[in-house]
Amino acid sequence: MSLFILLLIPLLGGVLAWFSQRFDANLPKRITFISLLMCWLPLIPLFHTMLFDGASLKKSQWLINESFNWISIFNIKAHLALDGLSFLLIVLTLLMALVALSAAWHEIKQRTGFFYFNLLWTIAGVLGVFLAIDLFLFFVFWEVMLVPMYFLISIWGHENKHYAAIKFFIFTQAGGLLMLLSLCGLVGIHYQQTGVLTFDYILLMQNPITGDFPFWIALGFTISFLVKLPALPFHSWLPDAHTQAPTAASVILAAVLLKTGGYGIIRFVLPLFPEASIQLAPFMMLIGVIGIIYGAMMAFVQTDLKRLVAYSSVSHMGFVLLGCFAFNIYALQGAVMQMLAHGISTSALFFLVGMIQHRYHTRDLNKLGGLWINLPKLSAFGLFFGIASLGMPGLGNFIAEFLILVGSFEQYPIITVFATSGLILAAVYSLLLIYKTFFGKVNSPQNIKIPDTNTKEWFTLITMCFILIYLGLHPQPIFDLVPIKLMNIAFVSFSMGVSL
Amino acid sequence: MTNYSNLLSLIPLLPILSAVILLFSNPSRLWVSILAVGSITSVALISSFLNYVYWQQTDFILKASLGNWISIAELSISFGLYLDSLSLVMITIISGVGALIHLYSTGFMSQDKSFKRYFIYLNLFVSAMLFLVLADNLLLLYLGWEGVGLCSYLLIGFWYQDKNNNLAANKAFLMTRIGDTAMAIGLFLLFTHLGTLDIQEIQVKAHTVWSLSDNTIASICCLLLLGGAVGKSAQFPLQNWLPDAMAGPTPVSALIHAATMVTAGIYLIARNSQLFQLAPDVLYVIALIGTFTLLLGASAAMVQSDLKRILAYSTISQLGYMFLALGVGASASAVFHLMTHAFFKALLFLSAGALIYSLHHEHNIFKMGGLFKKLPVVTVSFAIGCSALASLPFTSGFFSKELILEQVVASGHITLWWAAVLGAFITAFYSARLFFIVFLGQAQLSPDTTPTKSMSLALIILCLFSLLGGVQPSGLISLMPPLHADNLTNLQHWLPIILPFIAISFAWWIFKKSQFGRTHTSLLQGIHQLLKSGWAFDHIYQTIFIQPFKYLCQLNQYDVIDLFYRFIEKVSCILNNTFSQFQNGQLRSYNASLVIFCILAFAWFISGELIK
Repeated sequence: MSLFILLLIPLLGGVLAWFSQRFDANLPKRITFISLLMCWLPLIPLFHTMLFDGASLKKSQWLINESFNWISIFNIKAHLALDGLSFLLIVLTLLMALVALSAAWHEIKQRTGFFYFNLLWTIAGVLGVFLAIDLFLFFVFWEVMLVPMYFLISIWGHENKHYAAIKFFIFTQAGGLLMLLSLCGLVGIHYQQTGVLTFDYILLMQNPITGDFPFWIALGFTISFLVKLPALPFHSWLPDAHTQAPTAASVILAAVLLKTGGYGIIRFVLPLFPEASIQLAPFMMLIGVIGIIYGAMMAFVQTDLKRLVAYSSVSHMGFVLLGCFAFNIYALQGAVMQMLAHGISTSALFFLVGMIQHRYHTRDLNKLGGLWINLPKLSAFGLFFGIASLGMPGLGNFIAEFLILVGSFEQYPIITVFATSGLILAAVYSLLLIYKTFFGKVNSPQNIKIPDTNTKEWFTLITMCFILIYLGLHPQPIFDLVPIKLMNIAFVSFSMGVSL
Repeated sequence: MTNYSNLLSLIPLLPILSAVILLFSNPSRLWVSILAVGSITSVALISSFLNYVYWQQTDFILKASLGNWISIAELSISFGLYLDSLSLVMITIISGVGALIHLYSTGFMSQDKSFKRYFIYLNLFVSAMLFLVLADNLLLLYLGWEGVGLCSYLLIGFWYQDKNNNLAANKAFLMTRIGDTAMAIGLFLLFTHLGTLDIQEIQVKAHTVWSLSDNTIASICCLLLLGGAVGKSAQFPLQNWLPDAMAGPTPVSALIHAATMVTAGIYLIARNSQLFQLAPDVLYVIALIGTFTLLLGASAAMVQSDLKRILAYSTISQLGYMFLALGVGASASAVFHLMTHAFFKALLFLSAGALIYSLHHEHNIFKMGGLFKKLPVVTVSFAIGCSALASLPFTSGFFSKELILEQVVASGHITLWWAAVLGAFITAFYSARLFFIVFLGQAQLSPDTTPTKSMSLALIILCLFSLLGGVQPSGLISLMPPLHADNLTNLQHWLPIILPFIAISFAWWIFKKSQFGRTHTSLLQGIHQLLKSGWAFDHIYQTIFIQPFKYLCQLNQYDVIDLFYRFIEKVSCILNNTFSQFQNGQLRSYNASLVIFCILAFAWFISGELIK
């Protein structure tokens, strides 16, 4: 039951937060805080298994596996299961949810109840996506996380919020539609070929479908995940959505919503369609590397700080795509690590941009500058996360990029060389960000005393610093958590592909 | 021996520990100094102790491990430290010079508001540099490699309010990053083919997997590693970040951009010398790069007017000598020159810093003059530094440069030898020019302060090192192949010794006629400009790489791919507008459209009938 409880807490907390606004406008954020803390409770027994009990990790892929009948006509089940990969992403989600809350604490003053309702429901949706093992249920959660996010952007966003919200919604809905079609296609063909009607991931994986269909269905799934990731050419919702969203929503978007794309590829596309994925791999690698370079070049010319960070996400997520389709154990580990490290470093940058905007009321790089003079702490954090995003060794992002590149190099040396040049471009835009924002002379008139980080902000940021350093210096526990079975699937299927 | 390996693991950890303590506490200036200088001094003491232990030994190896880092399938990387005679020399230089520069900095930076931040960066730098030279695998080396790059970036832009400092910092970071990226690709290639990143294993495996006759991939690996070395050590074609890097505080230039970080490239190649032996062509390329860069640097140093830029170009040129030595297969003499250069160039930079400190941050040498009476300590240390740089006999620079020149002859590259000798002539010339202009002649600016005690102390110790640094540890000697001094002709033996004196006399002659800083003809003026700009490489890179890249990015500022989606949006809007015209609520237009429809339908029906 613990996984269902994990999902119910934010769902109920959200409803409670919405209603509590009638009594006090400050109540919703407190309720959100409490429910986010409570979400950790079902996870506590897992920490022990995950960290100290390596044997049970090796025994089976699933640590918790819970299933109920839901729509019996179509044999749809409410099937939740948790393995190392989903555990990592859930921990990331819950951590970043706290960061988002910290960002929203003072920023959101209007309609607080509805805001926190949406925030919690988005998080519930993301948690569901990471836990659902029944494909139909997965699709349901996939939609659950989008609608509240739409409201977050369109109600509490910045100057161009409606445009951005609608764009976000249409892109992701189109992706969702494609997923629904591929999902039905998969289940239908599976029924035709085996006579078993099931939406269950484990069963579908046991009897893979054959023929020409898998390629197209895999393509459909992949594209719907690519929209989310985002990869070229479906990335253009992201800069608008990130830029216009309130800080909390940007944090959630960058930290976890994008990761559902990478998760989907690793969880569903690669294991369900091993051969089709191998056929797709060269194109995906190409898209990935183009994304890395294109995103970095776009980031370089942005004048809006938030947009710059958003495009840098496009560039970083290109590495995830590279890692997923390299069919190599290092690269796949790197892709998982990149999801975690990027989730933290980029959401920290969005958090910082939010802080800067709150203090200076601008995100324009040409108007900012010289922040270090008055805000040394904030700027030092900015420096740290800027450096993290350019892939400094010793931090998680480097481990991820190194593994992805070293893994991809074997099969795709030329693509990898181009991807590696992304490291130079990452330095170009990261240094530009640091230089334009924190260094130099103060541009705006400095009559008012602007406060440096407060305790809550400082605590949030320093925690993220430590996590990144931990990931960079001691990533082994993360590698051990990623299920060997998932790794093997990619690995074995590749050698199969070679022999085919 | 285990207790020594504990000692070894302390070496890179002490400075970073001190940096972390400084970061999270707020001590007084005195405590900042004690902590920062103390940590590096302890490291220096530990390395002297290790020197004492291993002084007579030649093939010792000391290992330590700070834990596992990454272990997936065959990729297994730990925080392993590896000490042999090469890394022992390196840590001794780094910690020794580092400690002196830390000590000096307490005086030099005493007026600065960001005293603590400065020492955090500096401690962090020393730690990263120690990791770089002690690493037993290439990934840990890469960590140190990027770490020193980061600290260099932070320290060049230390005075962050001045835009130029930040631009110089960015330039330094990006140009070295280009090299680093090449090196990273080299790492991937090495791992793919050898299945390991352990440095010693690579040396062994390389000889079993590749051979001299089948060395294409080995050559590519070496070229890629060379890319990293070229970037860090400011060699052609990535040399032009170093002169701009002088924007940082002068002790930083002494430590990072003269004594330690820029020598990382030499260390990298020396460390992998067995791998490079498989690629003789690449070695030849290294020698060519070194020769070209030493001439480029020396000729540019000849015409600069900024004190620190002279020293920067001189560093580029001296690093060129080391590359030349590496290229002819004499890595031990390269490392020997690295050591003596670290001493005398640190001395020169620190004396320059003392000058700048006393003269209100004046950098232009033509505004100085006649300072020898007023600043005796600085004058003496400058004189010693310059004579070591000019490799006058019995200074440390003399021994190491002689050795390199002899090795070049021994390798048979006579053309390169002549180029190197020409470089030595120019070196002596610009050293003399620098010294004469600053300290002799008419007094112009008068110093308002004198260097503090800590600064003077550091200078005096470095003076001793620069004079006596020619003494070599036996470990280093063991690395050298036996020399065949009898192979040298008389000319080859005596010319490099006599030449500096000729150069100095020549400089003295021009100085007496007070012709420095003047050009008469427009041709000379042009050459002067060209040399002064470091052979116009900034301009060339600006036009070939930076401008096109910027243009390309600007062109696409609004995201071409997004235009497609916006086009769809536009079309939908137009269609929407068009069709909503019909929905205008006026009865007569509805009527009209009904009539038009009926007519059209009727006409269509009729025409269909008619055709039948």
